[in-house]
Parts: sequence; structure tokens; C-alpha cells
Amino acid sequence: MLLGRVVGTVVATRKDPRLEGKKLLVVRTIDPSGKDQAGYVVAVDTVSAGFKEKVLLVSGSSARMAGGCKDCPVDTAIVGIVDSVEVST
Amino acid sequence: MLIGRVIGKVVATRKHASHEGQKILYVQMLNLDGSERGSPYLAVDAADAGVGDDVLIAQEGWSAMTSVGKPYSPIDMAVVGVIDQVHLSE
Amino acid sequence: MQLGRVVGQVVATRKDDALEGRTLLLIQPLDKQGRDRGRTLVGVDAVGAGAGETIYWCRGREASLAWHPHHAVPTECAIVGIVDSVTIG
Repeated sequence: MLLGRVVGTVVATRKDPRLEGKKLLVVRTIDPSGKDQAGYVVAVDTVSAGFKEKVLLVSGSSARMAGGCKDCPVDTAIVGIVDSVEVST
Repeated sequence: MLIGRVIGKVVATRKHASHEGQKILYVQMLNLDGSERGSPYLAVDAADAGVGDDVLIAQEGWSAMTSVGKPYSPIDMAVVGVIDQVHLSE
Repeated sequence: MQLGRVVGQVVATRKDDALEGRTLLLIQPLDKQGRDRGRTLVGVDAVGAGAGETIYWCRGREASLAWHPHHAVPTECAIVGIVDSVTIG
């Protein structure tokens, strides 16, 4: 799983019918200190995440185990809103 | 999923049976600033996309296969949506 | 899937039973100008490709499904199409 920060939304009218009603968010991946990494993903939001919130991402076939994503063509899902990350040194 | 842009089409007469009748698109992945991200890939089209369209790409097998109704096929990527707009807050 | 060109063949006598009788081809990945890009890899041929032909291959676990439901072939690279033409733009 990866950490990310919600930076945007995607609107797509013509899409796989199984994606109807799903909120698609643009998420920048971040390191544990909260710094932006180079990558981004478009993820299905299953926890009502908002702009700029830190989130937990699950990718690959496991993304379909997120709430409401069963049997959907989803390869990345937001499954948590991160309150804090502690890094032990 | 990733954001890509359809840059071309691929024609292949001899191909795997599960690819028969599928439109195969040549897709350049994009960064959020619209610049190119890596090399282009081939994806089956599940959203009636065309050259120039910005699209949503599924990179996971089951998602890609079932989007064109071909479970258990050698398909690793599909265009699953045509993007109208991307709103960025940053 | 990705574009490549067949640049050779690999012969291996002792191999997994499911690879018996299958052709192992060397693939050179191509960029969109048709030039060589990156390192060569070995793929299992599922369509009867030959030397010099432009092909496309499927990567990952999905590649092993090229012989479904008859065989489960242990490969993460299957050649699944012979390319007639690529139209850009």
C-alpha cells in the first residue's frame, strides 16, 4: 500500500459501466514525511476523502477488495484517510 | 489507474484469439502537468476512445480483461474511460 | 501490452514441462519511432511470430493466460500479436 495526497478529480462520462457512480480522485504519492514523490495515480475513493487529505492507497487486484469495488475494473483504491504517520528513527 | 493520451492505433492480423475484434490503441501515459511519462503502451479499448482523447487506463489484468468481456485472456491493460476533465487543486 | 521486434530465439532443452514444445523468442522493445528501446527480454510465443517481425507482448501474470484453459505456462511475457501497422496521430 502507498501513502498519497489527494490533488484533484477526474471526470469521465464515457466509461466502463461498472465505474458509474464511483468518485475518481487524482492522488500524488508521498513519502512518509509527507513530501511529494514523482508519481501519481487515479484512484477510486471508498472513504469519502477530500482535497489535500493524506490517504492510504491499495493497488493491484487487491483494490477490488475495497468497499464497493467488488467485480469493478479498479486497480487503485483509496481505503483510508491518514491521521498521522510516525517514523521511528 | 493512470491518465494517458491515445496517440495511435495498432493493426495486427495474426493475434491471440481473445484479441480478435478488439481495437488496440497506442497510449502515451502522462504526468499531471501533461508531459509524457515513460514509453507508450498498447491497450485494448473498452470506452470507444479515439486518437487525441485523454483516457483512463487500467493496468491490472482482471480489470483490463473484463472491461472488454474477455476474462482469462492475455490482456494487461485497457482504456476504461474517456476523460472529460481533470481538476487539480495544486 | 508493448511493441517489440523479434531479434532471436532461445533454445533450452531442460525446462519446465509446460514450456515443452513452445518457442522462446528474444524481444527487443521498441519506442514510438520504431527504434530500439531498453534491454531485450525473453517471451513465449503464442501466435507463431518469426525473426524480424514486429510484435506486441503481454506482461505479468496475464501472460500465462495466453494458453488458458489448456495449459498454465509459467511466463510473465507472452507474444500475443504480430503487428501489421502502427498509425500514429
